[in-house]
Amino acid sequence: MDDAGAIAAFWILASLTVGSALMVVVVRNLIHAVVLLILSFLGVAGLYVTLSADFVAVAQVLIYAGAISVLILFAIMLTPQAGRDNAETLLRLPMLLLAVVVGFTIGLVSLETDWSIADRGGFEETASAIGEALLSKYVLPFEMASVLLLVSMIGAIVLVRSEGFSEEE
Amino acid sequence: MSVGLEHYLVVGAVLFATGLYLTLAKRNFVGVLMGIELMFNAANLTFVSFSRFVESAAPLSGHVFVVFVITVAAAEAAIALALAVLVYRTHGTIDVDRINLLKW
Repeated sequence: MDDAGAIAAFWILASLTVGSALMVVVVRNLIHAVVLLILSFLGVAGLYVTLSADFVAVAQVLIYAGAISVLILFAIMLTPQAGRDNAETLLRLPMLLLAVVVGFTIGLVSLETDWSIADRGGFEETASAIGEALLSKYVLPFEMASVLLLVSMIGAIVLVRSEGFSEEE
Repeated sequence: MSVGLEHYLVVGAVLFATGLYLTLAKRNFVGVLMGIELMFNAANLTFVSFSRFVESAAPLSGHVFVVFVITVAAAEAAIALALAVLVYRTHGTIDVDRINLLKW
């Protein structure tokens, strides 16, 4: 991480990520907020690439920038009378203070702690090692995650199924 | 000046604080969900940067954790957005200030 290209890539991606995340707070239209959120997700994916985490970066683009943002857009489209504004509640100022305090504390701790930095470089490629770990050491959480996905899919279908569906049968 | 672990951790802290503010202060339920997703992203970024920089016997464990977090986040987003649509159907609004059915 010493050549000029990597440093420039980090600063550009970090400012893209943080800037569009802050714009999500500021912007008034909810649709614009989702578009900026996608931009922030893509910036995080780029940061994963600079950390030589190729598989996680691709998963981030596919699942966050692809699937989850489409889900959020659908939720906005399916609630047409709810208002498109992105306003805050009455608790705006205390919550802003709380968020600033929490962010400042995490940042300070991460700067002050003496992490045991390893000397190795970036990973060569991670997908095969992640796959092996998922099917050997982490096989139980892997299976539980698949059951969780199935349960949440069925739960979402049952929740939003239109009323009177069973009466028509 | 080279880019180290602390740079990524500070980016993660700022992302987390932004997501926390969105979650706590937004009036629209979808805005709250966007904040939760941003906090997931901040945590994932921190996992991956620790996995890259910090000494460890199994450095790829952080990546496996991130894969699980992304899975759980997808399941959570599906359920939460289904709940948002359901609340909108019964109440006609997803303004978190006006969903006060459990309030005395």
